[in-house]
Amino acid sequence: METLGLLADGFWLAIQPINLMLIIIGVTLGLFIGAMPGLGSVNGVAILLPITFLVPPASAIIFLAAIYYGAMYGGAISSITLGIPGASTAVATTFDGRPLAMSGRASLALITAALASFAGGTVSNVLFTLFAPPLASVALNFGPPEIFALMLLAFATFIGLSSDDISKTVFSICIGLVFAAVGFDQISGAPRLVFFDISGFLHGINFLVLAIGVYGIGEMLWTIDSTRGKITTSEAKMSVKGIVTDAKEGMARSWRGTTIGSFLGFFVGILPAAGATPGSLMSYGVSKMLSRESAQFGKGHPEGVAAPEAANNSASTGSMLPMLTLGIPGSPTTAILLGGMVIWGLVPGPRLFAEQPEFVWGLIGSFYVSNFFALLINIAFIPLFIWMLRMPFTILAPLIFVLSIVGGYATTRDMHDVWLIVGFGFAAFFMRKLDYPLAPAVLAIVLGPIAEPTLRQSLLLSSGDPTIFFTRPVAGPITIIALILIFLPLIKKVWDRRGGRRPSAAE
Amino acid sequence: MRRAEIVTAGLLALLSMYIMWKSTELQIGYIRGQGPGGGAWPFWLAAICLVSTGFIALNWWRGTSGPSQSDEPFLDSYGRKMLVLVGGGIVGFVVLTYIFSMYGAMALFLLYYIGFLGRHRWWVTLILATAIPTVFFFFFEALMRITLPKGMPFLEPFFNYMNTIIY
Repeated sequence: METLGLLADGFWLAIQPINLMLIIIGVTLGLFIGAMPGLGSVNGVAILLPITFLVPPASAIIFLAAIYYGAMYGGAISSITLGIPGASTAVATTFDGRPLAMSGRASLALITAALASFAGGTVSNVLFTLFAPPLASVALNFGPPEIFALMLLAFATFIGLSSDDISKTVFSICIGLVFAAVGFDQISGAPRLVFFDISGFLHGINFLVLAIGVYGIGEMLWTIDSTRGKITTSEAKMSVKGIVTDAKEGMARSWRGTTIGSFLGFFVGILPAAGATPGSLMSYGVSKMLSRESAQFGKGHPEGVAAPEAANNSASTGSMLPMLTLGIPGSPTTAILLGGMVIWGLVPGPRLFAEQPEFVWGLIGSFYVSNFFALLINIAFIPLFIWMLRMPFTILAPLIFVLSIVGGYATTRDMHDVWLIVGFGFAAFFMRKLDYPLAPAVLAIVLGPIAEPTLRQSLLLSSGDPTIFFTRPVAGPITIIALILIFLPLIKKVWDRRGGRRPSAAE
Repeated sequence: MRRAEIVTAGLLALLSMYIMWKSTELQIGYIRGQGPGGGAWPFWLAAICLVSTGFIALNWWRGTSGPSQSDEPFLDSYGRKMLVLVGGGIVGFVVLTYIFSMYGAMALFLLYYIGFLGRHRWWVTLILATAIPTVFFFFFEALMRITLPKGMPFLEPFFNYMNTIIY
């Protein structure tokens, strides 16, 4: 009851005219920043942080949270309409969002993404309100072995459940992880894999460089080649009635993915060092695993859009939890928010809830309000996004190439990375023609910087004994499930052969 | 297609071996008290890559993978032409960035793609090729405070003038 009273106070603070205005501006700005390839919530929050020093701390963080929400919604837009992930959190959204858009169902994909984001945001807000402190302590007990086991599970779902060539999938995952290892060794600090001693490799290969190369250039070249340049992207027309029917269809076909994404995303979001990106990728994998129509995933199933979108919104709320309760940021964006709070003279940690209830509950109230406005503003802009898709392809294609090059430069501000994007683009085009799945490589380069240190720390804990992944109560079951998934294709093969022999023996 | 499959597998195997060799610049074994060496992770991953290219080659030999059964050419005349015109255009865009700044190169690339490849009307081409770089300029330089490459010094007066609009 006390919680409800505090929440009501929080709502009251969030709907004060100045805060409501900041929410609307923040969500709209966030939506466009998130939709821009190469710019995500981190950029938006980091760039606009100094502006917030003009308003009281509570209003300031409400504004930043609104940008964060808007960017999470916006990431899906370029994933669906252009096929380039707007941010790492929206990588998984391209897998099904792009095929849906190509088949003329862009509005279904965009509406499903918006509704799933809303559901994910709402579920996570309720969970946040109810379980903030106890959940934070559970997540804190996750050590390196548990987190590595989770990473292994994410890769395993790709191997066990993909319909692609297994050896090519494995190659794709491992090469992505190798690219993530370029730069400096995180533990010894020594330069590592500086190919041909080119200094540009010293700062590593940003995941966006690979993602933009693969999706912005490689996939586009492949599309032009395979359709002979005669692309009829979509006949999508927008009407209020169309939005309502698409919304109904989206909800009916994707509720399962939305539910999985909302809960799984929240929990992964709480884990320090995990956050929205692994959360969305894992939710995609798990939804695919549990779906009856898993063969449709990757070809344009609304559930494949809903699961990662619900998860990335849910995880972004989740990652606020360890930040507020323990002072540990769960994602780069929350790290910047944490920095802001310190500048405003607030000390995040267990005592924040007791000492600054007005601030904390105002923020939680603003989550609900931001989420609602993000949905409204997003749906209002859908016709604009659809209109972009109806442009002739000979205008849309150069626009995507320009966005890829500029977005790639803006990420790291190094021409070396622009050349890498072009190189990855051509490589991706050739590999795509030979049926190499490229999504696993993008997944791997994103998760690599989490997977490697957790593996090394775990092995250090156990003095080099790999059984640590099997003997710990939480890590054990996760590792075993991951291994079963990895060997699933092999088990299936053996099973099929045995099953295939029986009828012949009966003859 | 069949030949491309095995050639690519061979190239990727070479890449894997190169990465394995490059990884040995750091320790690849277990260091007592420090955990696995810095080279261990990429070394073993590249080793797995090498093994999987072996399997790709095996599948090619047995003819079980899609491309190894296909008689279609890897790149037909359309594909080659597309790769030269579109891919070459992208490379040209990046090269021109060093000379005409990213905004200038963007405008030239749009003129080339929309006008020459797309064969749109000249006024559509012209409007887009000037409007898009202008919008990008104000979005990046003014709103996001990210400066994109400005090309060679002869463009300096122009960007100085543009900056007076922003500040």
